Formats: sequence, structure tokens, C-alpha cells
Amino acid sequence: MNDYAIRAEKLSRNFGDLKAVQELDLAIDKGRIFGFLGPNGSGKTTAIRMLTGLLTPTSGEIQVLGHKLPDGTEKLRLQIGYMTQKFSLYDDLTVAENLRFVASIYSLPARAARQRIEELLSVYGLLKNKDKLAGSMSGGQRQRLSLSAAVLHKPELLFLDEPTSAVDPENRREFWEQLFDLSEQGSSILVSTHYMDEAERCHKLAILENGIKRADGTPDELMRDMGAQVVEVDSSNLRQLKQLLLALAEVVSAAQLGSRLRVLIKDQVSDPLSFLRQQPFIKSEDQLNLVRPSLEDVFVMSTGNRRP
Amino acid sequence: MSALTRIHAIFVKELTQLKRDRMTFGMIIMIPLIQLLLFGYAINTNIRHIPVGVVDYSHSALSRILIQTVNATQVVEFTAHFNDVAEAQKAIARAEVRAVLIIPADVSQRLARHPAVGFGLPPSSDEETSRPVAQWLVDGSDTIIAAAIKGLRGMPLTELLDKPANRNTPTFEVTLLYNPEQRTAVNIVPGLIAIILTMTMILFTSAAIVRERERGNMEMLITTPVRSIELMLGKIIPYIFIGALQVCIILGLGHLIFKVPINGSWLQIAGATFLFITASLTLGLVISTIARNQLQSMQMTVFVLIPSILLSGFMFPYDGMPVIAQYIAEALPATHYMRLIRGVVLREVEIIDMASDVSWLALFTVGGLIVASLRFKKRLD
Repeated sequence: MNDYAIRAEKLSRNFGDLKAVQELDLAIDKGRIFGFLGPNGSGKTTAIRMLTGLLTPTSGEIQVLGHKLPDGTEKLRLQIGYMTQKFSLYDDLTVAENLRFVASIYSLPARAARQRIEELLSVYGLLKNKDKLAGSMSGGQRQRLSLSAAVLHKPELLFLDEPTSAVDPENRREFWEQLFDLSEQGSSILVSTHYMDEAERCHKLAILENGIKRADGTPDELMRDMGAQVVEVDSSNLRQLKQLLLALAEVVSAAQLGSRLRVLIKDQVSDPLSFLRQQPFIKSEDQLNLVRPSLEDVFVMSTGNRRP
Repeated sequence: MSALTRIHAIFVKELTQLKRDRMTFGMIIMIPLIQLLLFGYAINTNIRHIPVGVVDYSHSALSRILIQTVNATQVVEFTAHFNDVAEAQKAIARAEVRAVLIIPADVSQRLARHPAVGFGLPPSSDEETSRPVAQWLVDGSDTIIAAAIKGLRGMPLTELLDKPANRNTPTFEVTLLYNPEQRTAVNIVPGLIAIILTMTMILFTSAAIVRERERGNMEMLITTPVRSIELMLGKIIPYIFIGALQVCIILGLGHLIFKVPINGSWLQIAGATFLFITASLTLGLVISTIARNQLQSMQMTVFVLIPSILLSGFMFPYDGMPVIAQYIAEALPATHYMRLIRGVVLREVEIIDMASDVSWLALFTVGGLIVASLRFKKRLD
């Protein structure tokens, strides 16, 4: 039972009439990076807040690192790190002051704290900005500061709520490298995102929509089991073609990517290429290719974007 | 042990932030400094030089001497002459003058029969033989000005006729303790400590927690092992020192500039002040757990501040207030501190001798801390 970092059963939370999270079941392995993928308002933050003990669930059971919540919340505090969506350290303190503050809040002995802070400053490339006010730094620097504050007390489990939303692509790549380093060292990580490419990096993920879990598994499993195949159509007059394709019951969705149309066709069609060739509006010179599904396709298949 | 470490961490963080916040830091010094100079000079219940007018129907040498004699009291200053009473009343309505002295045409006869002068013995109570010399018309809406002019009713007219008057033996002998020269500043300066501490202490702490919530820091803090009581204590301790600094500024300058005597011992002053600062700080904390943003916390601070100024005895004597107002005043920490600090500074009492005020402040602090800690939940829901 203790192989799981997080277990949740039928976890629900309502805000008045709004059902932010409904009957969420989770089993998250230790030492892995688990992703919550979903659009804004899909319940990612609410779920994370319940799992960190910040919100009391309306109903459901939670067990995090063997502590039953909400009773075990205070004991859990020392074992988890939480990086909030919005920068939540102090703008009017310097990088070093912020880290020193967090170190003493976690009661690290002075010498250990000094060493740990030096280590974090160099790992996260903040040595030069040590005496800069946090409020005057760039999004990427602030994000690295937040991460170093969240991991300062070497938590077993790290919660990251949309950590890369204020960061440019290069910093995002670097950030994920650092997450894999942490994972390598044995930390379990729960990360929420609305970026498909980030979700694809997770060991496992759950797709959330309107507070409901639509699918979960490894990215490969999700792509394999999504229940559709993907064909790219290279043709002219794509806007009209898209409408004609969408009229077919077997076609789940059609999305334009530059000069190509990405078409999702239900698995019940065994040979999607010849199925499309048979359609009168597909011209013989049009190129059709069966391609590997992406996480975006999974997302389209499993959320409300699909056609009834 | 780790509880102390965490309180210390919050304390250091709070001081560092304060150090960076130049405006707030400046206010800590400037508020007591400016207010002390302002109120110390401005608030004066010893009224002097009230602008008044005169309607002189007698046009005699005597009436001119009468005017000069009244002027010499310095209570009033004649700034205008009017031809008749109607004109004078209009001037009062326009607030050009606050009162008018009407000197009747027969002022010399009235004066001759006046008992204070000593003619027409034996003094008669008969209206015909003994009437007031002249009449004052006063803007009675301002009670303090009215009282000052009423005080002129029995003024001696010795100088007027260069003749010794009947010396009346007063019914009571009055001995003024602690402030024999009747200087207002002696009463105002110690009271000002209570008002300024009420303002700064409540304002700073009520904003303190709300600000963390507004800026999103609270979401980080509540995921850490810090307990609510530790957070509260760490946040109020820096302000105890700030409050002490402000008291030193007010009492020190009050002593130097306004010659306010400091009769009590410093230990007694520190004791009373510590009790009041902690009571005000916990009140600020309670406010900060109720207010949702800094504007609301400011409004609630003003809600407490105004009754503290008006009902605490700072401006108007507590004993003159109706019973209901006295109950409200009793609830305010400022009222109790006002008694303690005036007692210690001016009358050299020991705070132990004012046990009811001391225990109210202590109870208020403990109660406030409990309420604030209970209301502050380490949760977002």
C-alpha cells in the first residue's frame, strides 16, 4: 500500500453549486512524475490543494505518503514541497533572504541551511542574483527561485501547479531537465499543466476536464488506447474539405495544421486510408498518411471537443 | 525549540520588509513627531483672543475704558464696532465675531450703582438700583467659547475707577494639583501616546496578514510547518519595539518642548505601555483575520480609532459622558491606557494601584490572541 505516493478515492469538492472536482480516483507511484493535464478551470488547482491539505474535500478519501488527510496534514507538511501557480515568495526580499526565511521556517540548522542554500543557488543558476530583490527578476528566474524554495527541505513529494505558465520555451526545457534530476534522486512529483508537450514528458498523466478525470495512464498507453487513428490529408481547399469530413459519422475531428488536415477516425474503421479514399470529395492527387497520434489527439478524443 | 526558530524567522522577515518599505518606516517616526508638535501647540482649552465686537450706545470715556479693561483680560479681542444690535447679530451669524459687548447709554449710572464698585451702599438686589453694567451677546453653539465669555461675568472692575473694590471672599479655596499653571499640553501629551499607538499599532498589524493574503504569500506560508500562533507572534513582536520607540519620541519631545513633567518611573511607563501595545496589536490581528483586503482593514481601523479619540478621555472628560458612552469607552483599550499613562506620568501612581485597567488590557490581549488564532485557519476554505 505504501508504494503509492498519493492515493485518492472518489475525491470531490464543491464551491456552492460549482462542482470543481468530481469523484476523482488517483493512484500515483513513488519516484515518478505524474501530470494533471487540463484546460483552465478543469479542477487541477483544486485537486492539488486538496492533496496538499489546503482544502478540505467535500467527500472522498485521501492518503498522501501514508498520512490520511485532512487529519495528518501537519505531519505531512515537512515531507512535501508546494510550488504555487502564482509567485508566492516575497517580492521585497532578496533571493537569499527568501531562501533563508524558508530554511528557518522548516527549522533547518544554521550550517545545514547555509550549505543547502549555496547548493540550490548554484544548481538553479541563481548565484549571480543572490542579492537581487525577487520582485525585480524575470519570470524564469522567479520560477527557479520558487522551485528551489519548494525543494529546500528535500521533500519526498513535490507539488507543482502550472510551474511553467510564466516562462519562455527555453527556460521550460531547462526546468524539465531539473525535474527529471529531482525524480532521479527519488522525489515523487505531481505537476499540473495545460501544455501538451509538457504532459508528454510525464511518466504518467491524468486528463481532467470540468473536474472529471477523462483518462489516465502513460502517454504511450493513452495514445494507443485512445480509440481512433490519425490520418493527415495534404490537399487544397482545406476549409471546405474539413466541413465535408466532419459530416461523416466515423470522423471524430479534423484540425488544420498549415497545409494539412489532421483527421481523427474512429477505431471501428479498420483501414482508415482506404476508407478516406472511397470518399467522393478526396481527389486522387491528395496525399494521405497514417501518422502517430499525439497527446493532443488523446486530449481531443477524451474531452468535450469530441462530437456526440 | 523549532517554534522559537519559526517565530524568529517571521520576525526577521518582517523587519527586513519594514526596512525596505521607506514610506512606512518614515511614518513610524513622522507620525508621532508631527502629531506631537501639531496637537501640543494646537489643542488648547485655555481660550484666548476670541474675536468680538462692540456696540457702544454711550460713547463716553467710561465706555472706552471699559472696553480696554475687558481687552486687557486677553480672553477677547475687540475687532469690530457696530452701530446697532441687529448689525452685530449679523456679524455673529457670519462668524466674523464670536460675541458682541453691548454697552448701554446709561453705563455710567449702572456702574456707579454696581456693588463691585462700592457706591450705593448697602448693596441692593433691587433691579432698579443694581443692574449689570453691560451685556454680552454670544454665539452659544460653541460651548467652550460660551464658557470662556461666561467666565467674564464676574470680572473685577477695580482698574476701571482706580479705586479698591469690595473684596469678596470666595466660597471655596481651589488648589490645583499636578498642573497648577493649567497648561493643556500637560494633559494632551500623555494622552497623545494612547492615540498615536492606537493608530499605528492597529493599522500596521491589521494590514500585516491581509497583505500576505493579497500578495499570495499566504498560500506558500500555510503549506509550511509554521503554526498560526507562531505567525501571529512573529508578526506582532517587531511592532512592540516600534511602539516603544514612538512612546520615547512623544514623551521625550513632550518633556523637552512642552515641559511635560515625567513624574512616574520609566519601569511603570514601560509596563503600562507594553500592556497597551500588545492589546492594540492583537486587536489589529483580529481585524486582519476578518478583513479581506487592505482597504477593508483600513476602514475597520478607522472604526476603532475615532471612538478611541473621542471617547477615551483624550479630548473630553470620561466622567461627563452618558452611561452608554462610558460602557463603550470601557471596552476600548485606549480608555484604560489613557488613565494609566496620565496616572503614571503626571500623578506618579504605580500601575498595580490601577488594577482594573491593567487587568482589562491583559485580558484583552489574551482574548484577542485566542480569537485571532482561532479565526486564522491554515486552510484556504
